[in-house]
Amino acid sequence: MNHFIIAPVVLPAIIGGLIILWMRHDLLLQRVFSTAGSLALLGVALYLAFYASSGEVFVYRLGNWPAPFGIVLMLDRLAALMLVLGAFLGLVVQLYGIGSGWDRKGWHFHALWQFQMMGVMGAFLTGDAFNLFVFFEVLLIASYGLMIHGGGGLRLRAGVQYVVINLMGSTLFLAALGTLYAVTGTLNMADMAVKVAQMPADDTALLRAGAVLLMLVFAIKAALVPLHFWLPSTYANAPGPVAALFAIMSKVGVYAIIRFYTLVFPGDSVVEGIVADMLLPAALITLVVGQVGVLGGRNLGRVAAMSAIASIGTLVIAVSMFTQPAISAALYYTIHSTLAAAALFLISDMIAARRNGDLWLTLRPKIQDSGLIASFFFAAAIAVAGLPPLSGFIGKLLVLDATRIDPWWVGIWSTILVTSLFAIVGFSRAGSTLFWLPFQLQRAERIAEAEGRPAPKAPIPPKLEPDEHIQDIGDAVSPTLTFVSAGLLLAGLVALTLFAGPALHMTDSIAAQLFDTAPYVESVLVEQEGARP
Amino acid sequence: MEALVAIAIGAMSAAGMYLVLRLRTFPVVIGMTMMSYAINLFLVATGRLAINKPPILHGHGAVDYSAYTDPLPQALTLTAIVISFGMTAVVVLLSLGAFLEGGDDYIDMPEADRTERGEKE
Repeated sequence: MNHFIIAPVVLPAIIGGLIILWMRHDLLLQRVFSTAGSLALLGVALYLAFYASSGEVFVYRLGNWPAPFGIVLMLDRLAALMLVLGAFLGLVVQLYGIGSGWDRKGWHFHALWQFQMMGVMGAFLTGDAFNLFVFFEVLLIASYGLMIHGGGGLRLRAGVQYVVINLMGSTLFLAALGTLYAVTGTLNMADMAVKVAQMPADDTALLRAGAVLLMLVFAIKAALVPLHFWLPSTYANAPGPVAALFAIMSKVGVYAIIRFYTLVFPGDSVVEGIVADMLLPAALITLVVGQVGVLGGRNLGRVAAMSAIASIGTLVIAVSMFTQPAISAALYYTIHSTLAAAALFLISDMIAARRNGDLWLTLRPKIQDSGLIASFFFAAAIAVAGLPPLSGFIGKLLVLDATRIDPWWVGIWSTILVTSLFAIVGFSRAGSTLFWLPFQLQRAERIAEAEGRPAPKAPIPPKLEPDEHIQDIGDAVSPTLTFVSAGLLLAGLVALTLFAGPALHMTDSIAAQLFDTAPYVESVLVEQEGARP
Repeated sequence: MEALVAIAIGAMSAAGMYLVLRLRTFPVVIGMTMMSYAINLFLVATGRLAINKPPILHGHGAVDYSAYTDPLPQALTLTAIVISFGMTAVVVLLSLGAFLEGGDDYIDMPEADRTERGEKE
């Protein structure tokens, strides 16, 4: 057993604990330790990705208990990819949190951040269904704290809704796990896959109920219509860097769908069809709802949140095919949409910081650094809308290609293409209102000045109190760092575009490994002490 | 006994669901506790209902497994109770905070979230 497999869970847990116990009054120490921890986490994730790239499935038996009685952590290519993606996003967005001064708006930002990373990493690694529930709870508890970071009436109200919906989701998760345990008698995912495959076809009513319940839970996490209602106000009211980190949280739901419905309930099992039949229409409606939201949004925070919903829609359309090329396309799109959504949230937070926390798409005086932010916004909008030359275009092309064989392909293609137009119009409108209209105001000012009339409303000076609910440019410790971290996410998108070939090669090998479940099951159940040969 | 437990779970879930759908935070919190009670009871029942059977092995040598009940659901329930207890505390504090900051205890978003500066449309 390679003990580095558990490091992504243990490392943030230790750092988070240290931050709370020893350095809760010293923000500088917290920043140093937390950044070092995230950097080390990224290092471990990269090492594990290299380690898993051999194609073998590695098992880590906690306490060396034999499976299926003990809990196992599993490292395969998919888990390794998600680890790297999560650790990269965590580090970059954390730098933004430091640079923008968000981390001093309230208590325990860095400790919660580390616990959040612990939950996310654990959810990607675990090979036990109940343990997945526990890691979901860990990441949710930390996300509750992060979501209301900084306080404020609206944010707390949105936080209550977020917590209530997720608690109902957790209740549903327990119900699903209870049902599956009652039928299969195991909670180990590999063992459950074996038991499900052996089940007689006419005795599976409960099993199907459990499988569908479980999908509903993951759909809540991934924010699929009609279970998406928590997302817009949560993301729009959360602090900018937290909303950007949440881009990986909805992907945890998608990851769990991919993991469960390729391993435990594969296409040829008794649950065949039900889940895919439900996922495809839901995903199509999710895409439409999201892009219409982008088109109609009057607030940039909402527009960004709706575009996150739309990207989940596109992603799940590919997932619902459950074929090898489709899953490969979905994984490529996962990397792209996580980075693009996070970049968009960071950029809209930069704009909010320069407009006194005001993200309504109405005419305001020209913001500070307008040119640079406008070009960042332009790049992120291109990526999110899926226009060439960035990776969103390649991702959408792959999804279209993978759905070509589906009997519904006409509907899928037209939905994806028409809604892309919605997104383009929505983002063009948002961008021109935010960055071009202010020039009109400037011109009006100049004319008024020449005629000797009093000038129209002057720019609002930024407030400087560190204890207010919104974060503005006066609080930013280092505006340069905020640009660097948003730029790093965009650079990730450019790299994903330039190296689309190798990236696709990697996602292809991940998808191939996912559909070949025998080595996964064998590595857990057979290759252990005292197992039947 | 099965019918009794099933009715208890169903009644508690129905009551919990009704309360969760209320407009104010207090009934919602109570409703969520009801839901988690119902689910905890359901989890215990997934190990099959048995009376007077211990979940922990005692003694050595040959063991008659039919004299024991499944210990795993009980462990799961214990974990679920701990988590739901902590979550209830979190949601109580959060809704108190939202009440103190926002001035009322409604659970839906106020006007200010939908329209600029909270104006009526």
